[in-house]
Amino acid sequence: MSGYFTDIITGLKSLAVGLQITNKEFLTKPITLQYPHEAVKMTPRYRGHIELIKDPETGMNKCISCGMCEKGCPSGCITVKSEKRPGVKGKVLTAYILNFTTCSLCGQCVENCKPGAIGFSNEYNLASTRREDYIFDLLRKLHPEGIPEPEVDPELLKKELEKQEAAKQAAAAKKEPAKKAPAAEGGELKAEEKS
Amino acid sequence: MSSLAQSHLRETFELNIGPQHPATHGVLRIKVVMDGEYIDRAEPILGYIHRMHEKMGENRTWNQFWPNMGRLDYLSAIAYNHCYAGLVERAMEIVVPERAEYIRVITAELNRIQSHLLGFGAYIMDLGGFTPLMYAMDEREQILDLLESVTGSRLTYCYFRFGGVYNDIDDDFITGTRAFIKRFRPQIPIYHKLVTGNVILMDRLIGVGPVSAEMCRKYGATGPVLRGSGVNYDIRRNEPYSVYPELDFDIPVYKECDSMARYMVRMDEMVQSCRIIEQALDKLPEGPVMAEKVPKALKPPKGDFHFAVEAARGTFSMRTVSDGTNTSYRMRLRSPTYSNVSLFEEASRGMLLSDALAFLGSLDPVIPEMDR
Repeated sequence: MSGYFTDIITGLKSLAVGLQITNKEFLTKPITLQYPHEAVKMTPRYRGHIELIKDPETGMNKCISCGMCEKGCPSGCITVKSEKRPGVKGKVLTAYILNFTTCSLCGQCVENCKPGAIGFSNEYNLASTRREDYIFDLLRKLHPEGIPEPEVDPELLKKELEKQEAAKQAAAAKKEPAKKAPAAEGGELKAEEKS
Repeated sequence: MSSLAQSHLRETFELNIGPQHPATHGVLRIKVVMDGEYIDRAEPILGYIHRMHEKMGENRTWNQFWPNMGRLDYLSAIAYNHCYAGLVERAMEIVVPERAEYIRVITAELNRIQSHLLGFGAYIMDLGGFTPLMYAMDEREQILDLLESVTGSRLTYCYFRFGGVYNDIDDDFITGTRAFIKRFRPQIPIYHKLVTGNVILMDRLIGVGPVSAEMCRKYGATGPVLRGSGVNYDIRRNEPYSVYPELDFDIPVYKECDSMARYMVRMDEMVQSCRIIEQALDKLPEGPVMAEKVPKALKPPKGDFHFAVEAARGTFSMRTVSDGTNTSYRMRLRSPTYSNVSLFEEASRGMLLSDALAFLGSLDPVIPEMDR
């Protein structure tokens, strides 16, 4: 019988001790933030989705379209589209598409990027109900006002044109001695036209 | 005893706990054959969140498999990072700089505290007490902020690399970690006062869910489950890796074999983790955090490699068979929760349903890790 009462007493005591702590905590300042009105400051190393980095000198991206990010990506969520433009050194990036629905934010692309053209953004407010909202064109994101045209180097353009011309001539010179038949055919066609 | 259990009719019925049930911590389904309030047979049914991680390991290159390591056990992801890094480093014979090893230990132990804190809070919530979860979350938030400042993510870490770590830690992190430990140490006695000494909790945990050391051996249970059964087994001591041999810490072992023992092991481990972190911070050497000459396209030599770490829930080990190409021939992941939960069937026989849920919580399962 005495055990019964001691149980009750120790039990009540343990509850009182617990309540003491909660009461103490009740009087302290809350640590929660009222989110939409105040937000947690993001750390600089926060790894959001990737973004293209603007080169402060040229105001363009540093991407050389080597495709290493595409290759290194475990989920294949990056598509790099580029083209060759006359008078511009290297390839020109035309679109950098990130499918964020499959991205796992591992950072392999950033590590693989030799020129350091991509980095992590601090963006985290990405809630949406539409899937299409998560397919980002990072180039468009970098230049929201419109993608600037790359500067054409006149010297390079001249050189390229000369090279092309030279290549054409070389091809023509190669063709003439080797193949006479196509030239003859051409001649026939011309003759037909005349008649 | 219920009247049904006492009757000779033995009328049983089937009850499904889960796959969507808060007490199962995820999509675990337990098919229970009930005899009144008592469990006749309980069968955990897995596979609701199976993602073929092992197969992914065989199809992806070694570097591409990294993000998967954060998605097995999302509560102690850094330990899993550690295992994968150790495995490939063992295969490639990469020597990791000492500073990187210390950073690995510091982050892994912070992650362990975080995992146990959430395990503690969620466990008490399973038992019906909501307040401790909020207390645990408060401290856990500090750890997440610290880890976010170095790893860049809050939950699914992908921080380690072959030959080191992704980012070096800075002075802010070191002072922040020291401040956290100073703040966290006095919190543990408060948890004990608030929760462990509580008469209701003691009644619900002491003597509930007995798991003998013999049963642990039979099912391969590890971690706090094994140490709560009186077996002093911890990979950090028994099969030391990284810089753990240089650090002084104890392995908490309880001989009671009940849910309370497992709960206490976790609480004590948090204190030990604090000790480890403090020592590692004191000993932290200067130097690089990445090994030199780690090739981008890894091709480990042909062979069979194995590495094990002590994750928050027990021994996590990886075994790979490499055929010398840029992908693994076979990737095997041995996760602790799978073994820990498999003893549920035998141990829960004849238990009250409410006790069984208290027992399941004390195993601290993380379902995505169990299913892999």
